[in-house]
Amino acid sequence: MIPRHFFIAVAVLAAAVLGMSLYAWRMRGRAAATPVATVDTRPVVAPVSGSTEQVTLFVAYDDVGVLHAQTAQIPLPSVRQQRAEELLKALLALYLDKNSPHPLPPGSDIRSVYLVDPGLAVIDVNAAFADGHRSGVLSEALTVASLVQTLSANIPGILKVKILVEGKQRDTLAGHADLSAFYDVSAVNQLSSQLQSPQ
Amino acid sequence: MRSTRTNRTSEIANGYGSGVAFGCASLLLFLAVLLVSAAAPEKHLAIFSTAANYSLPVITRQGQDYIGLLELLDPLGTVSAKSDPPRWRLHYNNVLGEFMAGKSRARIQGRDADLSGKFLLENGRGLVPVASLNSLLPRFLGGPATLREESNRVFIGNIATHFTASVSPNDPSRLVFRFTAPVNPSVASEPGKLRLTFRREPLTGPASPMLTFSSKIIPSADYSENNGAAAIEVATSIPLFASFSPDGRTITLAPAKSQTATNPPAASGPGTPAAGTPAANTSVATSQAATAPAAGTQATSAPAANTPAPPAAQTNTQSSSATPPVSVPRRYFAIVDASHGGNDRGEALSTTLAEKDITVAFARRLRQELESRGISTLVLRDSDANLSLEDRAYFANTTHAAVYIALHAASNGHGVRLYTALLPYTGEEDRGPFRSWTTAQSTSIPLSQATAASVAAQLRKVQVTVRTLSAPLRPLNNIVTAAIAVEVAPPASNLSPLTAPDYQQLIAGAVANGIVDIRAQLGAAP
Repeated sequence: MIPRHFFIAVAVLAAAVLGMSLYAWRMRGRAAATPVATVDTRPVVAPVSGSTEQVTLFVAYDDVGVLHAQTAQIPLPSVRQQRAEELLKALLALYLDKNSPHPLPPGSDIRSVYLVDPGLAVIDVNAAFADGHRSGVLSEALTVASLVQTLSANIPGILKVKILVEGKQRDTLAGHADLSAFYDVSAVNQLSSQLQSPQ
Repeated sequence: MRSTRTNRTSEIANGYGSGVAFGCASLLLFLAVLLVSAAAPEKHLAIFSTAANYSLPVITRQGQDYIGLLELLDPLGTVSAKSDPPRWRLHYNNVLGEFMAGKSRARIQGRDADLSGKFLLENGRGLVPVASLNSLLPRFLGGPATLREESNRVFIGNIATHFTASVSPNDPSRLVFRFTAPVNPSVASEPGKLRLTFRREPLTGPASPMLTFSSKIIPSADYSENNGAAAIEVATSIPLFASFSPDGRTITLAPAKSQTATNPPAASGPGTPAAGTPAANTSVATSQAATAPAAGTQATSAPAANTPAPPAAQTNTQSSSATPPVSVPRRYFAIVDASHGGNDRGEALSTTLAEKDITVAFARRLRQELESRGISTLVLRDSDANLSLEDRAYFANTTHAAVYIALHAASNGHGVRLYTALLPYTGEEDRGPFRSWTTAQSTSIPLSQATAASVAAQLRKVQVTVRTLSAPLRPLNNIVTAAIAVEVAPPASNLSPLTAPDYQQLIAGAVANGIVDIRAQLGAAP
């Protein structure tokens, strides 16, 4: 015969399960009713204060599949690493504009740029940048070339570039462009020159 | 009073005891079920045909094995299905099959067919019992199809590979297997045993699964089939080496000393590399290995399902690096790689159109075009299978094809873009006959660029907009031979031509013509 206290324990547990279920159901309803921000509104443009400098940005144009060098005046700090970050953030600001020639997903950002001697730059982008990036060989190659070329053209001494996503290595950017290896700047120069003419 | 309290205490103790025991028993039972379910290997059905060899996961429902009929027929011909619950209609070439969810009978070309179990319809996907394939497939395919139910293998047509085994009369320590078609088993050894596993060959066994030999060193061999694969397990009293004849039809097992003395430069497999899998080693060999040492060597992991047979790769890197290069027979001139597949859908070209579907359709068309021009072609992914970039490079390198063509599709831009590898990556240096995995393509870049130029010229001839670029696109940089990627975009902003047979045919024909134009140069490459 099953003792009475066992029944009581089972009843208490069953009541607890029921209670938790009701609580979870209500919480779920509240969560569903809460509006979720679909766009990350964090500012990604470079700070506007300070002296400005002329830099060359290599901007991708999806419609014709080319990379164009264009000059821009942006405020740059004096520290080399911060200059690299601001430079790429200025490039991203172009891509996040509503009239972007190479749209990147909302919320895309450069988390950090690390400059490691001798000649290595590590670009750490956020998850939104890679997760929502348009898939395609050309589209992804344009992004990689744009980042690497802009960095190497404005920060002297960079020979190799590695791109990380949220501080971790990924195989590809969005299924095509290889992120597993270190990019040789001279090789990307070659790609950039190919991409500067639509043929 | 005291007695009553003692009885109650005893009752409570018994109650606690039974509760704890019940709880423990339940927990143990749950853990046991969890362990058993976790340990159970996923069931597969292997399909062997002249068109393609592939395998599909088997689904268990109500204790019976089921398979997706559309996925099964897809690599064999033109197939489409329409779901209108509870009805499900499937067209294979010109054959119409009509199925009804929950019914154990179907109609194929207006005639009844028994399914040996209920037809299931899950999210628009038609599932038939595996046991029904013996009767269903001949009706759809119009030819013989044999289901080997005990091992989950289906042979379509007369394609079985048979073998004989004999101990050399002059040397009782040598066991020779002769096969009726080239084979590439994986080789694994453990004390007292050497196991050859055939996952990609339609191998069938002798009348008696146990073979006995008049040799004390190799007394017996046992043939078995299980879960889509066949295996020969050889009992041996000493460690054995396995070596493959260049045509892949003979495997010789012999002790290490005997093998080295009598057969130093023998091939380890048809087109076998010396390197192990790329995941384990970061280099790929360009020369032929000497032998496949079974003893003391781990078998390489089985290649992904739904992939063609790569040659065996069980080779000791030390022995291979000391071996002079040997010319390798080429089984396929071209490798066509339908990019993406399985969970990797590639670009979402539209809400319903995935890049992976375009690439596989285009790959089949390109194979047809190449083979009609006399170029033997292997399609790496001929179904909706997951295939890693490492596996793609590994298969391409181990088949020693003259050219590797990766196929992609895109919605942006117009026409075709041809890519060669973006090099140099900064990688490891080559060591002896081994190439750095990341820069394996380096010596073939000029040939790859010449191939891209040849294909581009042919595309321009048929008025297709074409652009040649280098790109950081794997696995191009891991391929040791000429390698290009073809990215097909629609001719205008409308996506529909991507799926149109005319447009695919136009591009496939031009790509094939480009390969034919440079065939002599590609064929002369090492």
